[in-house]
Amino acid sequence: MRKLSIRTLAGGILTAAISVAGQSALAGGEVTVASWGGSYQDAQSKALFQPVAEAMGITVKEETYKGIGQVRTKVAAGAVPWDIIDTGSGGGARGCVEGILIDLDYDMIDVSNFVTDTYLSCCVGTIVFATVPAWNTETYGMNGPKSWADFWDVEKFPGSRSIRNKMHGMLEPALMADGVPRDKVYEVLDSEEGINRALDKIRELKPHVAVWWSSGAQHAQLMKDGEVDMTTGWNGRFDVAKADGAKVAYSYNGALQDYDCFAIPKGAANAELAMKVIAEMSKAEHQANIPQYITYGPTNSDAYKTGKIDEALSKNLPSHPDNAKNMLPVNQEWYAKWEKKASEWYQDMMTE
Amino acid sequence: MTAPISPAHNAEALRRDERRERLLLFGLSLPALIMVLLVILVPVGWLFWLSLFNDEGVLSTYNYSRMLESKSYVRIFKTTFNVSFLTTLICVLIGYPLAYFLSQLSKRWAAIGLIAVLLPFWTSLLVRTYAWLVVLQRKGLINQWGIELGWWETPLRLVHNLNGTLIGMVHIMLPFLVLPLYGSMRSIDFDYLKAAANLGANPTKSFWFVFFPLSLPGLFAGITVVFVLCLGFFVTPAVLGGGKVIMVSMKIETLIDLFFNFGTASALGVVLLVLTLAVLFIAHKLLNLDKVLGSGGGG
Repeated sequence: MRKLSIRTLAGGILTAAISVAGQSALAGGEVTVASWGGSYQDAQSKALFQPVAEAMGITVKEETYKGIGQVRTKVAAGAVPWDIIDTGSGGGARGCVEGILIDLDYDMIDVSNFVTDTYLSCCVGTIVFATVPAWNTETYGMNGPKSWADFWDVEKFPGSRSIRNKMHGMLEPALMADGVPRDKVYEVLDSEEGINRALDKIRELKPHVAVWWSSGAQHAQLMKDGEVDMTTGWNGRFDVAKADGAKVAYSYNGALQDYDCFAIPKGAANAELAMKVIAEMSKAEHQANIPQYITYGPTNSDAYKTGKIDEALSKNLPSHPDNAKNMLPVNQEWYAKWEKKASEWYQDMMTE
Repeated sequence: MTAPISPAHNAEALRRDERRERLLLFGLSLPALIMVLLVILVPVGWLFWLSLFNDEGVLSTYNYSRMLESKSYVRIFKTTFNVSFLTTLICVLIGYPLAYFLSQLSKRWAAIGLIAVLLPFWTSLLVRTYAWLVVLQRKGLINQWGIELGWWETPLRLVHNLNGTLIGMVHIMLPFLVLPLYGSMRSIDFDYLKAAANLGANPTKSFWFVFFPLSLPGLFAGITVVFVLCLGFFVTPAVLGGGKVIMVSMKIETLIDLFFNFGTASALGVVLLVLTLAVLFIAHKLLNLDKVLGSGGGG
């Protein structure tokens, strides 16, 4: 208490009494949320998890995990340690189909002002992100790759590359680098020949791939350490790394637009409370906090109306119309159809 | 002197004692046996059982046939054995002289040396692995120093490949080789060496003809432990291999994580186990371990 007056004192006692009452009423109110770690989860923690915990008078415990595959194993084993998970839209879509995520109650969660196509029956969007080409500004200055073709062009941009150790978000850039126009990418990719064409393009780059990254924290670290000259990766991680001194820049041109969403695994211990927490986290006032910590756009458009996201900041977000118009939204139908096969082939290509 | 005991009566008593002792020993080892049964045999059996079903849950050999058909599986097994072999070889090349040196020191200095060998054990494997990343990467300590001192101009590729994987694995595995080797070297009776010298052998000769054969049991024990542990390595190649060194354990993880394919993952585990046992069996026959162990054991 800064100034002691009768009023603040009385107020203090009152709030203390209320919070004590509140706490006892909500005793045991606790949910465990699993997310991707690194700077993204740091941002989520500061922008969403802890403020929401405080607003609701509950405890939000945080853990780090590796994606929907782990949820599947836990659900199958009947031991689900998480009440809420943050998954990529693809993982969410698969989880819905497989029945390992429970349906969300959209009477409770208000998505009336959400960006189109950023929620599923069992997974509600939280941020819009982009898979971008990023480069080391010490190596290339500000004139880095302007397109995926540039990313593949090791003569114009000599240096080492890092790409993902899974096919997710890799085949689309490969086709664009091979001259397929953005709006035709999924059309071409919708056949074995198309997938092989993309894989061949990656084979071409393979001798220059110094590291196959496996997590967002890793590709951010690779740029921070100057271990590679270019990498693919999730835009927000690079901005945080840059703020931390990394010499990194990225381009939204040809980037893949996607979103992360919150879901409740089947068998979660505190599913009921988890639903309320998700409803709270989906509110504009909380969503507006995320871009303050990492350059990911809110899925709730109303977040822009809160006045928390200023013009300069919003221009950097992957959901800003000026940026979005140069991007390719990730097509989950394609992933549902081809994920298994394409993943196998990608792994085969890696071990060649 | 008491009354003479008939030899037959005595033998019967001895046999009874023996039976009782055997039963007692069996009883004492029962907890360990149950443990082995529960944590090894049952899961391995279950693994084998799982590997017999294809994606649709139908009994088939599909999980095994696809391993032969897909080149990537063959390549992954080759990588696994290659990495394990190279790690073991380097461990021997570094570890043997180290153990020899330690065995020649006074007990006190040797104890200090052994603590130095054991020290890395007290640090988490993960921490050590990431530490190597910091040391070996393009702008890491070694490359920075090397370039500053003018030893090389372009950064050496020390990590995110086979080099880094081997460095990290040798670092972790070395104590597993040095400890049994040191033990067997310590137990060598130095009178043998004196005898050899007495009979006119120079130090080189007495080392190769007397000391080295007597140290073999420890060496083989160390090699076996290191090689077998290497076959199942996961963290170090995953972190230091940069996605280029894919070992069986990593493939198993992908199969579960990405495809939820317990069948193929189990089949991989079974094949790795069988191959490991085969390697041990061949090594056993080839090197005639029993003889070596038998003759060296008393040394």
